[in-house]
Amino acid sequence: MAFNGHRGDDDEVVNHDEDETPTKQQQQQQPPRCAGEAMTDDPTHDPADGGTPADELSATGTRTSRQDSMRKSRPPFPWFGMDIGGALSIRRYLTSHTAYGQTGLRDVHLELRDLSLCGRTGTLHFIRFPTHDLPAFLQMVRDKHFSSLHTTLCATGGGAYKFEADFHTIADLELHKLDELDCLIRGVLFTDSAVSSDPASECYYFEDPSDPERCVQRPYALQDPYPLLLVNIGSGVSILAVYSEKDYKRVTGTSLGGGTFLGLCCLLTGCSTFEEALEMASQGESTSVDKLVKDIYGGDYQRFGLPGWAVASSFGNMISPEKREGVSKEDLARATLVTITNNIGSITRMCALNENINKVVFVGNFLRVNTLSMKLLAYAMDYWSGGQLKALFLRHEGYFGAVGALLELLHPS
Amino acid sequence: MAEFDGVDRRSSHRMDKSITLPPDEIFRNLENAKRLAIDIGGSLTKLAYYSTVQHKVAKVRSFDHTAKEAASDNIYEISVQEEITARLHFIKFENAYIETCLDFIKDHLVNTDTKLIKATGGGAHKFKDLIEKKLGLKVDKEDEMTCLIRGCNFVLRNIPHEAFVYAKHADSEFRFQNTHPDIFPYLLVNIGSGVSIIKVESEDTFERVGGSSIGGGTFWGLGALLTQTKRFDELLQLASKGQHTSVDMLVKDIYGGSYGSLGLTGDLIASSFGKSATTNKEFSKEDMAKSLLHMISNDIGQLACLYARLHKLTRVYFGGFFIRGHPVTMHTITYSINFFTKGEVQALFLRHEGYLGAIGAFLKGAEEDNPNQYSWGENYAGSSGLMSVSPDLNPMQRARSGTFDMLEMDRLERKLVNLPLLQDPSSYIPDTVDLTEDPLAREYWLYCFEEALDGVVKRAVASQPDIPEAVERAEKFRHKYRDKLQTLRQQPFAYGSLTVRSLLDTREHCLNEFNFPDPYSKIKQRENDIALKYYQKAVHALDALSWEEKHFALVRGVLAGNVFDWGAKAVSDVLESDPEFGFEQAKRQLEERPWLVDSYDQWLERMKGPPHKCSVFFVDNSGMDIILGVMPFVRELLCRGTEVVLASNSSPALNDVTNGELQILTERIAAMDPVIQAGLKDERLVLVQTGSSSPCLDLSRLDKVLAMVVRERKADLVVIEGMGRAIHTNYYARLSCESLKMAVIKNSWLADRLGGKLFSVVFKYEVPPPPTAVMTTAEEDEENSVFAP
Repeated sequence: MAFNGHRGDDDEVVNHDEDETPTKQQQQQQPPRCAGEAMTDDPTHDPADGGTPADELSATGTRTSRQDSMRKSRPPFPWFGMDIGGALSIRRYLTSHTAYGQTGLRDVHLELRDLSLCGRTGTLHFIRFPTHDLPAFLQMVRDKHFSSLHTTLCATGGGAYKFEADFHTIADLELHKLDELDCLIRGVLFTDSAVSSDPASECYYFEDPSDPERCVQRPYALQDPYPLLLVNIGSGVSILAVYSEKDYKRVTGTSLGGGTFLGLCCLLTGCSTFEEALEMASQGESTSVDKLVKDIYGGDYQRFGLPGWAVASSFGNMISPEKREGVSKEDLARATLVTITNNIGSITRMCALNENINKVVFVGNFLRVNTLSMKLLAYAMDYWSGGQLKALFLRHEGYFGAVGALLELLHPS
Repeated sequence: MAEFDGVDRRSSHRMDKSITLPPDEIFRNLENAKRLAIDIGGSLTKLAYYSTVQHKVAKVRSFDHTAKEAASDNIYEISVQEEITARLHFIKFENAYIETCLDFIKDHLVNTDTKLIKATGGGAHKFKDLIEKKLGLKVDKEDEMTCLIRGCNFVLRNIPHEAFVYAKHADSEFRFQNTHPDIFPYLLVNIGSGVSIIKVESEDTFERVGGSSIGGGTFWGLGALLTQTKRFDELLQLASKGQHTSVDMLVKDIYGGSYGSLGLTGDLIASSFGKSATTNKEFSKEDMAKSLLHMISNDIGQLACLYARLHKLTRVYFGGFFIRGHPVTMHTITYSINFFTKGEVQALFLRHEGYLGAIGAFLKGAEEDNPNQYSWGENYAGSSGLMSVSPDLNPMQRARSGTFDMLEMDRLERKLVNLPLLQDPSSYIPDTVDLTEDPLAREYWLYCFEEALDGVVKRAVASQPDIPEAVERAEKFRHKYRDKLQTLRQQPFAYGSLTVRSLLDTREHCLNEFNFPDPYSKIKQRENDIALKYYQKAVHALDALSWEEKHFALVRGVLAGNVFDWGAKAVSDVLESDPEFGFEQAKRQLEERPWLVDSYDQWLERMKGPPHKCSVFFVDNSGMDIILGVMPFVRELLCRGTEVVLASNSSPALNDVTNGELQILTERIAAMDPVIQAGLKDERLVLVQTGSSSPCLDLSRLDKVLAMVVRERKADLVVIEGMGRAIHTNYYARLSCESLKMAVIKNSWLADRLGGKLFSVVFKYEVPPPPTAVMTTAEEDEENSVFAP
């Protein structure tokens, strides 16, 4: 049961820099730029250049600079890390300019530019595609002779294990499989430190979470992160207590995660994508679906200090046939989102109490473009702990596993 | 949260007024009912009331020797008197019958000055007007959570084997827990439409420490949306037929196998409903219901574990309509708890879970009677017992359609407590063999009790020769007890662990139910008369023996006396056919040493040492046993300077000597024997009742006074005599002082199982190990194996 850890869910590919992989424009034998640039490694880059136009970057990544001393030990250029999860949603591979195959998406807004890594400066790109498109991805990798550049690929997530043979037989690539929780933590810590100088801080929280009007996102300096509870919400959820980069444990997990939200939404509303489900949820009301404390007690249940607005029974009103007829798909999507999110919140809160940790960082693809859930989590942490617990979020929600895998490529641990 | 059993409005309006209620069988003793309480849930109503029951009890009274001695040979007279005792009645029925039931109650509730009915449960407000109109009583609402906790404390404290662990694939699905002397603290997870998690620290201290909105209402509501199935029970039925793996994303769906470094096996659910997010195929209703059930059970189990850990509690009880005896939910919750705590915490369920609210509401209304100052006992005759949840016997539908489930509890005369000399009260199990887990033994004993039924009926009729309708009552008794045996054959777990003791106690309850309070009274009287005549002779004979011979003769005397047992068929046949069967003949039946269990040499050695300070002697039968066996032995202890506490039953069971009879017998013996005389006078010999009316002995439920005497006198020797008390129960009981268990095996099947034969002797003298010693010695292992099938 339960499970899971993997959350990863998502799968994305990160590619560090430069390049990219099989872009469609590249020719067979010569994965264009990536190759060239990688080889040359010349220190060109001027700042202006660094900020190349988006489209161009996407295609090729960026340029890089490097330091001589590191050259030899560095793997060949474009650097990749992959995290192949259970497939929360949908994501696809990377490729060229804008379109990474049919379903791949590059999250341009997350790019980390002018990032120095291993003696090079470049841009870190974040690209995602659905796990079920992996076969197509592999096909493309083979067609583009990606293996002429790389023979080993650092990958994490359950898919690294599940599809290892496919990588080998179809794409002639060896996977260097990495533990996903190791990668996750490494990725989180690296990303946070890499952008700590950036005003658009990696880490943020919601101020006044109890007041929807005033609730605003604020940067948070995660300078002294330990101990922290790291909650990775992918298809399922893993909760880790992190005491240092190397010292962490998986406290527990739950199978009620992003996959459950999407799965139930698909069944209840007929939608088919995460974005669609979220969109519906944002337009619905969960109070017609859920039974609230006040629906039972007429107000607060004072004996136990339960406010009337608290949900007494998720989907509890749906036991009545009349009420089932009166709800919209949007309401059902919203109730599903609220149910799953609150449940993650309460398990997290219990773990924080049991582990005696008061800082919680929520990551994972479930939170991508999901401000609704983030605010709910922020509020739940704050309200039920009487302000003792702080919910923190990271901009690169679902990409930390991939970043961790990439780092492993550069700095084998 | 909220124990609101989501009310299915449609079905609850569908009143069934056509049923007729059999007045003798349900809502019994309504005439004097008071303290009414009602708990109305989503589908079931539970009614509670307190009533007085008039029934017959056997009393003995010593004759005035001076005047009437010539009038009768008997040493005492037996009379049957009316006694009024208090009983709690709890009845559970479907909401559909509520109107009919209220009418019935109104018609039968005559002698009451009750003005009020306590009400709780989510449906209480809905039926308030109906109740007030029908009964003319004012409805007084009580907080459900408070009622729930009160009720839970009450059953945990008063009903042995109330809690059980559910093991779907075990030979018996139910593993009953011992009653802990201290029931607090515990966690109660109540799964109604939502979940409430309550930490209970004492009778009046409890706190809702948490909860979850994902509960029974979520299963029901979401299940109805996904499967278009309306009823909760139907959803469970769907779930029990489904395969969750087609809907859930498992670890192996992501990893291709297990996630070894975290110890997550491939079959674990990584994401509930995860597959429905990635595939477009149609899922079956069964599979979705199953996936939903797993999702909710796991989630609740996980939260329960987190709360248990946070509050450092290991006892976690689950209740609420989501659980209420449904095997599917008990199984999934149990599985989840085991997974998340790796066995540290057990999921416990309660036999009377459905009654907690009603019991609590009743207790709230009865506060002025102070029900918690008494001990209560489940009346097996008047209680329905746990229904089978086995799919073969009772596929999913429990207590439905017209069935009325009942629980009756008798107020016991005295407060019952542990014997202070138990080595470890929390691990003490009175019964030697759990028949629930031993099919062969179960088969035998059920057969044995059935076989003996004719004899018991005959004896019951014979005990009331002047009352013509005794025959009719005896037949009613026969049917009742035979039905109980049938039920137990199908559902051995109906009243907790099935044991020889529970079979005997059930028979006593049924006899009392039909006003046969003491079928053996006349036999006991006659045998006591005869035995008394031999007392002096027996004592003189013993006094003539050498020290060693005397000690051996004393022990043989106790054993021979113990042969006289009407509870044992092998013996009652002999006694029935040969009324002259005597003490000397009994001695000849005894096995020669070495006995089957024989620590006589150690005992004799001990007798050469300093006297014990005080001995507690749990006695068995009337007649030869007590008078010619036990009394000389007691006399010797007194002579050695040991005080003796004679512990006997408070009320009759078979031919066991009762405290009332023993008072008279002891006086008579004292008149003949200066040693006994002096002992009584100096209070070095005292008679105390056990609080029990069972042929067996539960050392964890003894009269408070006995416990006090034991403690005050610093008893350092416990003697337990007879098959019921020393073999069927307490054979393995560990005491913190020296103990002596003596019995003659009067049942050839049992003898066979123990590796002996009819009239084999168990003489078990035990000295507790010093505090540091390890309990399991090779010898003990060997002993334990004795009862293994």
